[in-house]
Parts: sequence; structure tokens; C-alpha cells
Amino acid sequence: MFYVSIFFQYVAQYMKTRMQYRTDLLVEILSDLLFQAVNLIFILVVFGHTQFLNGWVRDEIIFIYGFFLVPYALFSSFFNIWDFNDRYIVKGELDRILTRPIHSLFQIILERMELESLFGVITGLIIMIYAGSNLGLTIEWYDVIIFILFVIGGALVYASIFIMLASIGFWSDARTSIMPMMYNIGNYGRYPVDIYNKVIRFTLTWILPFAFVGVYPASYFLGKTEWQFYAFLTPFMGVSFFVLAVILWNHGVTKYRGAGN
Amino acid sequence: MDKYLEMIRIRFLMMLAYRTNYYSGILIYSINIGAYYFLWTAIYSGKEEIQGLSVIQMTTYIAVSWMARAFYFNNIDREIALEIKEGKVAIELIRPYNYLGMKTMQGLGEGIFRLLFFSVPGMIIVGFIFPLNFATSLTTWGYFTVSIILSFIVNSQINLLTGIMTFFLYNNDGLIRAKRVIIDLFSGLLLPISFYPGWAQQIMGVLPFQAISYIPSMIFTEGFTGQEIVNGLLIQLVWVVVLIIPIQALWLFAKKQLVVQGG
Repeated sequence: MFYVSIFFQYVAQYMKTRMQYRTDLLVEILSDLLFQAVNLIFILVVFGHTQFLNGWVRDEIIFIYGFFLVPYALFSSFFNIWDFNDRYIVKGELDRILTRPIHSLFQIILERMELESLFGVITGLIIMIYAGSNLGLTIEWYDVIIFILFVIGGALVYASIFIMLASIGFWSDARTSIMPMMYNIGNYGRYPVDIYNKVIRFTLTWILPFAFVGVYPASYFLGKTEWQFYAFLTPFMGVSFFVLAVILWNHGVTKYRGAGN
Repeated sequence: MDKYLEMIRIRFLMMLAYRTNYYSGILIYSINIGAYYFLWTAIYSGKEEIQGLSVIQMTTYIAVSWMARAFYFNNIDREIALEIKEGKVAIELIRPYNYLGMKTMQGLGEGIFRLLFFSVPGMIIVGFIFPLNFATSLTTWGYFTVSIILSFIVNSQINLLTGIMTFFLYNNDGLIRAKRVIIDLFSGLLLPISFYPGWAQQIMGVLPFQAISYIPSMIFTEGFTGQEIVNGLLIQLVWVVVLIIPIQALWLFAKKQLVVQGG
């Protein structure tokens, strides 16, 4: 309960600071929308020149993209820790965090949250409804529950990978830019994994399981039976990777020696 | 002039200090190009050509545009915004150089660094992994060189404009982000402009963004030939000249109504 109330206090503070620069907030939300549109435009333009992508039709690819946006929005609202190394370790900000009686990762998540990214959930749903109705998909009542489970699983997969990367910072405080690289690799998971070669497919499934944020769970709703097994694995992958990530983090914190002044 | 050259040199050396950044940078670009390589081979699957580009030309186009991006891309908009927000710009303004010119030179130092330590080795690595088709004719390389220098200028001018906007918006992270997305899409970095439907091509034709990525990449992949190359370079040159006007106007106006927050 204590954590919940802290969460809402942070949210309240966050709203206050964001409302200070209202024009910027508006432009930022618009630029997020634009960013989501870019990938959609990419798909639309590409399918202006071809009918199928390895047997997947345009609306299926659009549907996968729409699904991807939902867990991705949750991830980018709450796990905005790509500059963890620079901000907390190199500058020594972590010292401040560690003196407080709240779990360090939780505090950092709260400090860095970007709630306006949650608009991505709406865009994602709109895109899925558009593509889904083009494809004539039908929804059962339990699909809603499955959807929520898959979304949480996907968001946790994303979050775990980035938490693990951030944890590397505890062992080496050199500046690296592995994080932006991961954003690029994350994009691989948005397209049907069968277009890639075996090595990449294996990596995206078991090592950096980004395929569980897009193509695998989405293929359940598309009725692709050959991917069912992977689709239902999504929540388990999310939870187990997250547990691993938190263990790694907790272990890393004990290794932190403090930097800066 | 000497002080501007010195700026290039200092920024170049600063970049050299963060070595891990460019090792991972090369990897990022290779991975990115790899993803597009698989995607495009799937898109072509059997097709000889789309919009006059073969699959090899297409993957080369993607590789070249990402590598050229390393040269023209810089964060001077973010730096200007930060200096304005922190109030440092007031000190910069009384120093004996042109602030905007100095920022451009810093961007150039960064660009030259990334070109030498990043694009060139990255290109060699990517060239080994994926079947790409590098131009062999010296004239193509010559035109390409002129073209990416113009790309750098146009992109930096747009960055200066976005940076100066901080004077009016006070906090413009959103604008900087929006600008980056617009450039990725409208410059032809993700998709050659010739792939877009006709009406969209017309819109992009009157915007400056095509001068950043589309023109140099088309020249390099020999998607442009003869007169098209000359036209492309002329379009770039025209934008270089035209963009000076809003920069100067906004800059004069901004200096008049300078509000220093903090500092």
C-alpha cells in the first residue's frame, strides 16, 4: 500500500511539472503520434508495391504493429531508463536514491516516468480495430483477458531487457550506447519473424525475446495456429525475464561503489 | 576563420574521448541495416525491381543513407536549447564569434569524426555481411561528396532553426523530437521518396527535407543519372540559400526578446 500511495504522489508531482510547459507537452504528444504514424506509413507505402510479406497480408502486419504499440506504450511510460548509466551512475545520483527506504529500481522508474507516452495505448487500439475489422476478426469475451495478459507480458519483456542493460552499469561505469541499439533491435519483433534467418529468429525468441512484444502474441488474435504455442508463452516469458532482471539489479546494487563526487 | 577551424578540431577531439560509443555505434548501424536488409528482401521476394530500384540498389540505398546520416546528423539543436535554458547563451552572445556559426562548426567536427571512425569502418563491415553494390565510378563519388556536404548544411540549418525556437517556446524537447521524426520520414531515410504515392511526392518535393537524405543516397546508388544528378544538387543548393533567411530573421528577433531563465 505504501508503494501505491508513493506512486500516486509521484504522478501528482509529475502532472504539475508537465503542466508548466503546456505547449511543449502538446508538441511532445503530437510528436509521439507522428512517430507512431511513421511506422504505419512505412507499412502502407511498402504494401503499395507488394501484396504479401512471406504470406502475411498488409492488414495482418498493421495489426501486429497496432498490438506492439500497446505494450510499448506501457514500457516507455514507466521504464524510461535508457540514460540510467549517465544520469545515475556517472553523475552519482544513485547515492541519493540508495539512502531512501524504497526499492531503488522503483524510485528510478517513478522519477523517470513519462506518462504522456500512454497515448500510445489509444493509437495502438485504434490501429488494431482498423486492421482487425478489415480482416473480419471476431472477438470472444475471454480475448480481452488474454489481450491484457499478453500486453503485460510484452511490456515486462521490454522492461526486463532494459533493466538488465541498465544493471550492467553497476559493474562498468563507462559510457556506452547499448541502450539505443536495443531500441533498434526491438523493431525486429514487429515484423513476422519468419522473414529473418534462423539465428535472428532464435535470438528474438529466446535471448532478446522482442518477438513476444509483437508478432507472437498478435498472431493469436490473427488466428495463426502455428504460432499459438509462442503466443501463450508471452506472459511466462515476461514474468520470468522480469524476475531475472530484478535479481540482477538487486545483485548489481550491492556492487555499486558510488561515483561522482 | 582560425577560431572556427579550432572549434572543429576541439569537437573532434572531444568525440575521440568516448571510444566505446563508436564501437557500439558501428554495431547499432549494422544491426539496423541488417533488419532493413531482411525486410526488403522479403518485400521484393522475386520482384526484379520496384520503382526502378533493384533489391541490391535498395539495400545499398538503406546502407548509404544510414551511413550518410552519421555525417550530417548532430545535436546542435539540443545543445542550443540547453544553453538557452541554462542561461549560458547570454555569455555566448558577448563572445567574439558568431554563435550560430560556431555551433555549426561544432556539428561539423562531430560529423567528420563520425564519418572517419564510424561510417567508413561501418560501411566496410556491412559490405562484407550483406550483398551491397558500391559505386565504382569516381564521378559518382565526387557528386556524392558534394551532395552530403550540402546535406550537412541543410540539416544543420534546420537544427539551428529548431534550436532558436527555444527562445520562444522556453522548453522545446517536443519540437526537437517532432523534427527528428519528420526528417526521418520526409528526407527519404526510411523509404526512397519515389516509393510514395504521387500526391505525397509532390508535397515532399516542395519541402527541404529531401535535400538531407534522398538526393545523396539516390546519387550514390545511381538511381539518379545525368541531368537528375544536377537537378538534385541544385535543389540542395537552393535550400541552403533559402534557409538562411528564416534563420537570420528569427535570430535577430530572438536576441531582442531574450529571456534568460536562471543562469
